[in-house]
Amino acid sequence: MTVESTAARKPRRSAGTRKSPSTKPELVQLLTPEGKRVKNAEYDKYVADITPEELRGLYRDMVLTRRFDAEATSLQRQGELGLWASLLGQEAAQIGSGRALRDDDYVFPTYREHGVAWCRGVDPTNLLGMFRGVNNGGWDPNGNNFHLYTIVIGSQTLHATGYAMGVAKDGADSAVIAYFGDGASSQGDVAESFTFSAVYNAPVVFFCQNNQWAISEPTERQTRVPLYQRAQGFGFPGVRVDGNDVLASLAVTKWALERARGGEGPTLVEAYTYRMGAHTTSDDPSKYRADEEREAWEAKDPILRLRRYLEASNHADEGFFAELETESEALGKRVREAVRAMPDPDRFAIFEHAYADGHALVDEERAGFAAYQASFADGEGA
Amino acid sequence: MAETVTFKNMALAKAINESLRRALDADPKVLVMGEDVGKLGGVFRVTDGLQKDFGESRVVDTPLAESGIVGTAIGLALRGYRPVVEIQFDGFVFPAYDQIVTQLAKMHARSLGKVKMPVVVRIPYGGGIGAVEHHSESPESLFAHVAGLKVVSPSNASDAYWMMQQAIQSDDPVIFFEPKRRYWDKGDVNTEAIPGPLHKAQVVREGTDLTLVAYGPMVKLCQEVANAAAEEGRSLEVVDLRSISPLDFDAIQASVEKTRRLVVVHEAPVFFGSGAEIAARITERCFYHLEAPVLRVGGYHAPYPPARLEDEYLPGLDRVLDAVDRSLAY
Ligand SMILES: Cc1ncc(C[n+]2csc(CCOP(=O)(O)OP(=O)(O)O)c2C)c(N)n1
Repeated sequence: MTVESTAARKPRRSAGTRKSPSTKPELVQLLTPEGKRVKNAEYDKYVADITPEELRGLYRDMVLTRRFDAEATSLQRQGELGLWASLLGQEAAQIGSGRALRDDDYVFPTYREHGVAWCRGVDPTNLLGMFRGVNNGGWDPNGNNFHLYTIVIGSQTLHATGYAMGVAKDGADSAVIAYFGDGASSQGDVAESFTFSAVYNAPVVFFCQNNQWAISEPTERQTRVPLYQRAQGFGFPGVRVDGNDVLASLAVTKWALERARGGEGPTLVEAYTYRMGAHTTSDDPSKYRADEEREAWEAKDPILRLRRYLEASNHADEGFFAELETESEALGKRVREAVRAMPDPDRFAIFEHAYADGHALVDEERAGFAAYQASFADGEGA
Repeated sequence: MAETVTFKNMALAKAINESLRRALDADPKVLVMGEDVGKLGGVFRVTDGLQKDFGESRVVDTPLAESGIVGTAIGLALRGYRPVVEIQFDGFVFPAYDQIVTQLAKMHARSLGKVKMPVVVRIPYGGGIGAVEHHSESPESLFAHVAGLKVVSPSNASDAYWMMQQAIQSDDPVIFFEPKRRYWDKGDVNTEAIPGPLHKAQVVREGTDLTLVAYGPMVKLCQEVANAAAEEGRSLEVVDLRSISPLDFDAIQASVEKTRRLVVVHEAPVFFGSGAEIAARITERCFYHLEAPVLRVGGYHAPYPPARLEDEYLPGLDRVLDAVDRSLAY
């Protein structure tokens, strides 16, 4: 009896009970969790000329981003924000990839890319309007080439692809980067963006932060093969990078961006990382994952790792860390004050910008709304 | 001998949970599917504990793909299953809209009645919970406009319990809109006495001066409006539609023939909304009975606004009372 026929007769096992894919994928790493620099023949050259100052810069970015994120989380707890999606644990993936970008590159984020926004120079307080409930965006996407956050999972990967197709048509040499999660990789839109970008050779980098969870569902609920391997079937390269290693994230993203600029088309980067906190402030991860898992990932903390390297290589002294601590506190204070001072939107904002051209129905409804509001004012006055 | 009546007081979300439990228990072909419905029990805990008791093959955590969820539910139905799928929030049904509109709705007609589509699509919908965008929409008319779909929305725990049973037993696809802001409202559920058919509207408060028609989240508001109006000496009748497609025009007609005035209230934008259909048909049916034009209260022709403006956008007590005043002024 052949193996196949035995297997066919056995009751099928539910896919959900199987463990992670057995093939152990390559992980690009330049800094170990202990902060040791390791050699990598392929990617070292992308960070070969990095200066101690730039390294301290990456560290500063991560620390400030984490501080901002922590402040937002506590502002949510205090009722100042309706919701917050924390990036805790994903700082290296975001800062590494974000600092690989050029000003003329264009970013399409999800709702968790606070670190990338930081790298683009978007004022962090602008990120909070949508979570406070005063707007549905909060910044001009063209101001920093950083598109608005996208909440509908996966949609932005197609926008990024289309934008990249436009860049190519224009003959420009900028690149586009689309951020999404491991859960998003299941969406049809993401598969379609892979198809389009491949057939049109669009200069786009797909940056998937595999933080292991899509709310309560582990990555195995989305895929049976390591995510970066998906790219191969669409006809472009995919690579898995240690997403808790800022240096490796920087190097791999630079490589992918250079491919895009050089007319070599799309790349999929899977940043292997971990969402340390809850999915959002309304989520309770204790319902679906064990504390030990988080503890294991804490040992790979992206910030601690770079600090160890900076200290061991004498690239930063006590003064630097102390100064950063002060700066970090000041950022927290600024964010707190800005959020508390954020005014509620004007009532008529409901009708603003529904159309670029006017629309008779909107005008009529706005007028009706105004008359209705005015009737209260009369009542109060009387 | 006295009948044993099993009244249980429970929240609307819990009523749906108990209803799903009963359906899973009664019929091995019933499946519950969706993102996070398993271990987590759904983001609103509507499916809490079901996977623990019925296992991973009956209560299925799906990949994060709505087109996939509905598309595979269609296939499962073709194979004899009765899937009840969850779309996590109203604004996320659109990746599945193609499957629902072009496939699910039309399968029975295309197969000349040979193929049944007993699929329930559960959608927590509507606003009032201070959420970020895409988490507060009311897209029911987009589905009601499509022939082949039934579209329903319970307003209380008892209806939630029984309408879910009826939806699962229906051989037609049912889009089951759950009023998320009422999930935590408690009510008595009699798990023995089956209420009226799925498509029947219900007069939830009798009155003589004007009829308020609503469904889902707005029924409670209309009851509050009727209470407030009663203090001013006005007697309002409140009709809970329960089903949006089919729509029980007979029940509305009967009420309007009595009260001669009608105000329709829903959260969805008024323009091309379900209120437009009700207004048109009731005008045809009750032209000589009406003392005033049918008025509608609902959302504006604008994207659902950020949370801090939703109280302005959503119909509230004052806006409905204002419409009542206008109607009575004719
Ligand atoms: C189309 C769609 N379906 C469902 C949701 C609800 N939802 C929001 S985030 C999320 C999980 C996303 O996981 P992943 O893509 O891995 O990104 P992460 O949040 O982990 O960064 C889900 C299901 C949504 N926003 N959009």
